[in-house]
Amino acid sequence: MKKINKNYILFFAFVVFAIISYLASFDLGIRIWDNFLVFAKDMVLILPPAFILIGLFDVWAKNDQVEKHFGNTSNPLRFLWSILLASTTVGGTFVAFPLANSMYHKGARYSSILTYVTAASLFMIPMSIMEASMLGIRFTVIRLIGSLPFIIFGAILLEKYFEKTNYILPEIID
Amino acid sequence: MTSLYVFTSIAVITSYLFNPEKTKKGFKKGWMKFSKTLPDYLKLLMIISVILLLSQDFIITYLSQDNIFIGLILSLLIGSVTMMPGFIAYPLAKILVNNGVPYMVVAGFVTSLMLVGIVTFPLEKKYFGTKATLMRNSLSFMVAFGIAILMGIFYGEVFI
Repeated sequence: MKKINKNYILFFAFVVFAIISYLASFDLGIRIWDNFLVFAKDMVLILPPAFILIGLFDVWAKNDQVEKHFGNTSNPLRFLWSILLASTTVGGTFVAFPLANSMYHKGARYSSILTYVTAASLFMIPMSIMEASMLGIRFTVIRLIGSLPFIIFGAILLEKYFEKTNYILPEIID
Repeated sequence: MTSLYVFTSIAVITSYLFNPEKTKKGFKKGWMKFSKTLPDYLKLLMIISVILLLSQDFIITYLSQDNIFIGLILSLLIGSVTMMPGFIAYPLAKILVNNGVPYMVVAGFVTSLMLVGIVTFPLEKKYFGTKATLMRNSLSFMVAFGIAILMGIFYGEVFI
């Protein structure tokens, strides 16, 4: 028999705790559960289509294509592709982590996927629009343009280190 | 959100028309990756729901510091350990600005919130491994620091 992941057990306890909180009108427990729902709603909506796309990416994206745009033989344009891909990634890092992992195993360079993951949390289009409306367009523009050199320089720096130490990302397989 | 569904539908239909077999395989792969990480997503959600209890008042109090650099360090630390969706984070950021908290401190909070994921560590570890996750987050912390300083310079809050 397959072992049940301990996080499922934890989640079961969490749900029971929420139900008891509601029955006993335990305010703190109710607030925790409400917070949970806020995020869970997004996850339920975003994750299924996102993972379908990641699966399709896995079977269709050819290794030499990924390599050409994000890999070893590629030019500095790969940073542009990474950032463009990132700004259109819905779901931020939750979706970016698994996709970056797939890209890596299809031959993308470290600097490409690191740029991608970092940019995915900083360059999300809907979030940036919201930020500009709340804090002013100036804030958003400085943040976006200002972060570019940091992102790319940081990605190259980490890549140098990972290549020197022959670091390999874990693979998600059966 | 709608665009994600439209895009996915088009991708699935196109893929199916070209090659049904490959499409099924893609679904299987997607499901496999999803089910492998679902427990981690769940754990993450549970941790976040507790952390969000860290009330907004708490954040406002701690970020309203007289010393701008103490405010900056606190904003980076609080931003790193918390995690909240944009529709909670940005109204909060606006309150901070209205309360006279410098833009540099607000930027430190917002960017470290987005970039540094202490809560997402277990999830990121699955895809990047412990070492890469550690290094990426440490670097992200410094990037958030850099962006905040830049913001301070542009808004005339710090002088170099």
